[in-house]
Amino acid sequence: MSARTVDKIATGIIMAVAGFIVLILLGLLGYILIRGVGHISWHFLTSAPESIRAGGGIGPQLFNSVFLLVLTLIITVPLGIGAGIYMSEYAKPNRMTSFIRLVVEVLSSFPSIIVGLFGLLILVNKFGFGFSLFSGALALTIFNLPLMVRITEQGLRGVPLQQKEASFALGISKWKTIRSVLLPIATPVILSGTILAAGRIFGEAAALLFTAGMSSPRLDFTDWNPFDARSPLNPFRPAETLAVHIWKINSEGLAPDATQIAAGASAVLIIMVLVFNLGARALGRYMHNKFTAAK
Amino acid sequence: MERSVNMERSYNKRQEAKPHIAEEWVGKIYTLICIAFLVITIFSMVYFVASKGLSTFIVNGVNAFDLLTGLKWNPDIDVPSFGALPFIFGSFSTSILAAIIAAPLGFCAAVFIVELAPKFGRTFLQPVIELLAGIPSVVYGFVGLSVIVPLFRDLFPGQGIGIAAGALVLSVMILPTITTIATDALSELPAGLKEGSYALGATRWQTIYRVVLPTTMPQQMTGIVLGIARAFGEALAVQMVIGNAPHIPHSLFESTSTLTSAITLSMGNTAMGSVQNNVLWSLALILMLMTFVFVFVIRFLEGRKKL
Repeated sequence: MSARTVDKIATGIIMAVAGFIVLILLGLLGYILIRGVGHISWHFLTSAPESIRAGGGIGPQLFNSVFLLVLTLIITVPLGIGAGIYMSEYAKPNRMTSFIRLVVEVLSSFPSIIVGLFGLLILVNKFGFGFSLFSGALALTIFNLPLMVRITEQGLRGVPLQQKEASFALGISKWKTIRSVLLPIATPVILSGTILAAGRIFGEAAALLFTAGMSSPRLDFTDWNPFDARSPLNPFRPAETLAVHIWKINSEGLAPDATQIAAGASAVLIIMVLVFNLGARALGRYMHNKFTAAK
Repeated sequence: MERSVNMERSYNKRQEAKPHIAEEWVGKIYTLICIAFLVITIFSMVYFVASKGLSTFIVNGVNAFDLLTGLKWNPDIDVPSFGALPFIFGSFSTSILAAIIAAPLGFCAAVFIVELAPKFGRTFLQPVIELLAGIPSVVYGFVGLSVIVPLFRDLFPGQGIGIAAGALVLSVMILPTITTIATDALSELPAGLKEGSYALGATRWQTIYRVVLPTTMPQQMTGIVLGIARAFGEALAVQMVIGNAPHIPHSLFESTSTLTSAITLSMGNTAMGSVQNNVLWSLALILMLMTFVFVFVIRFLEGRKKL
């Protein structure tokens, strides 16, 4: 076989594989959406789940997912940006820094179930937070911090050195430079990275099984006092999120329409993740155009 | 008038008492606290998981060698036996099989994006693959359970659950990791290398196979190891399709378990501090040690980058 024929065959194979991957994704998305979207209704999105009868919804789970996401971001963002600033601006290039880098790398490759187990041991049992949204948010914070640090570092490193030097030349202190020169320029990168991280938080389940718990108490959506046990805003109540709910009804669901509920919930989850992904892209592009002269 | 002078003076005084230095310290201390929190968290994580995991051997007197090589997992009878080899075997076989499926696909996708059709690849295929990375693992598990398992049940003898279904689900999950790193490696390659090869009369495939692939090999391996690491630690998607029987299967289509699926299933049903519970922490410890191994393999491979 001549080299040219081999080249043609190889090119064909590579093309076919690329097409195959696109087919997998389209099939995956199409399957979930087609099977699930039909089941989505206002009733499905707002009503409470039924354990043995058909017709249950995912209302509390959806609320828990969103609330947990907000709680997690409130804790993760300041911590992650702070640590990212340290790694990019304050850390001196020495052994200590490369050691911290290694630690962050190890943390980012820890399986999420290990983070969940650690949460169970320390947050739930030792600190006594119990199975609660707060424990879940802290576990997700641990899980997402390395990503947040990496995003912040990436954003800060993308700032042109001249901007920093110009600020120093004006006699502005380092911290002030970071806050009012570097961070605003790095915001598009940090923001779109954070939205992607939010998508990851939204779909995470393994770290939550043993921290936020697998049960959802009956919520009273008219009670907005965060200190009441039945209030949806109480951060110290157990909360099953959407992703955990999908897992649970697939492994031990007793309702006759468990598969449809799983399909509907998966579709909701996928749509949310798609919104996060596309939102991050669009926002990044918009802010890039707005903040820079590039057209 | 006098008052405003006084105010100005006190303002000046305040300026002197609070120079830039104070502000500098705020920043330094704040960022230091953040990074310290991160470092302390990971150290306590390693410490607590290790101490819990080791207590199986120290407090409960289970033989570590028996745990690692035992074939029988029977924690609930009077004389319980804790052989975790089926779980270890399950974890390794599913994640390595997943990498074997995903690695060629990822490499081909990267070649397509960088070499064959950069415009279409960068604007369509790459975002599509990144989207795969964003899909939550429970959704992969659900699709695996409702598509792959019934398909395998029809095509092959057995229930359809098992290593093959787990590996297939995992391979789609780790495809983005492998592809992204392969794409980066290919596009970082200096153009001179390829042009030299073309100038010698080599075809595109010869160039890819003889020049591009060997030069980027360490990075390709990094991607594959990262993929294996991710597959190794994945819990729920695998647990949903693998069947969860605690023994080494005779075929790829027979129910078995992994480390993560065993932990997921039993952790909630055992009492803290019992030997049945501690042994699950030992499984978590094995998982954690494997993470360290993966990180160091990746570091080693990155050190061997040829460019």
